[in-house]
Amino acid sequence: MIEWFTMASWSPYLAGAGIGVLIWTVFVLSDHPLGCSTGFSSTAGMVEAGLSGGKTREMPYYQKFVPCIDWYWVLIIGIVIGAFLSSFLSGTFGIVAVPPFFAAAIGPDAAFRFAAALIGGILVGLGARWAGGCTSGHGISGTLQLALSSWVAAACFFIGGILVAGLLFGFRFP
Amino acid sequence: MSIETIRNNRNVQVLLGLLTGIAFGFLLQKAGVTNYDMIIGQLLLTDFTVVKVMLSAVLIGMIGVYSMKLARIAHLHCRSGSIGSTVVGGLIFGAGFALLGYCPGTAAGAVGTGALDALFGAVGIAIGAGIFARLYPILASTILNRGAFPAETVPELIGIRPVVVVAGVAVMILLLFWIFRVYGI
Repeated sequence: MIEWFTMASWSPYLAGAGIGVLIWTVFVLSDHPLGCSTGFSSTAGMVEAGLSGGKTREMPYYQKFVPCIDWYWVLIIGIVIGAFLSSFLSGTFGIVAVPPFFAAAIGPDAAFRFAAALIGGILVGLGARWAGGCTSGHGISGTLQLALSSWVAAACFFIGGILVAGLLFGFRFP
Repeated sequence: MSIETIRNNRNVQVLLGLLTGIAFGFLLQKAGVTNYDMIIGQLLLTDFTVVKVMLSAVLIGMIGVYSMKLARIAHLHCRSGSIGSTVVGGLIFGAGFALLGYCPGTAAGAVGTGALDALFGAVGIAIGAGIFARLYPILASTILNRGAFPAETVPELIGIRPVVVVAGVAVMILLLFWIFRVYGI
């Protein structure tokens, strides 16, 4: 049993099925889907409220998604802890600045990779809120409910991602 | 404690969010999808791990959630969509996804595995979400509601009973897994 926790990786089918079961528990115990971008929106709202005061909370979007330390916000903290535990137990934890594929294809400069990640992150955060969800909220939780918007969103995530990854790194398929 | 008490208790929900996150982060890392190379490999169509993880979660999650809906212990929470919001936002997300190499959940997970670039990505995601909140009033009155989708769910759209669509989607996912197996993908 214990060796399961120290294995470097599990079958993607098995880990995916585990995520499916985890989502059952969220629907029953919390009565909402599992989504990750809401926590980032709360972080933005709380940071802005801290910097500029009460006006932030009056912004129409933050009336709709109230920035606070709730289920969605601690979910993100939990993901960091869970992934740390998993990688630490399997001995794969390690501080990495530039992922190997990026270093080989673009270059090993950490500052350049961080800038790319920051700009990419801004687009991810903007796009996720724009579309009403991310790869978890739409891509998994929404598609499994057979939500039309989620199937369209998931398709657009991959269409946009495949096109831009191809432009950045060269199309390699087939 | 009844299920409604659990759902309405803020402290219990915060604890559940933390536990759900720990389990989710653990599963994402064990699946390998907190790894930049693996996600870019999916977008370059040279590694199908991300799709395998997502569709396995959809298969199991869909059957469970629809069964629980029939048993009246769970409700669906579908979001309505439109061309202006879902398609435009989805394409912006996709472009960022390729540049960052993580999505919001896997970026948080990658931070936990020691990926420093994911930390910059996570800061970027919060900034991007903040930009959207700023732009929201303008976007809401111009583009977000353009081309509203005619239905909330796929069964509504095609006019087929949900149970039949669930079975059809399950068969299609299993068929795709079988193709992966046959072709060694």
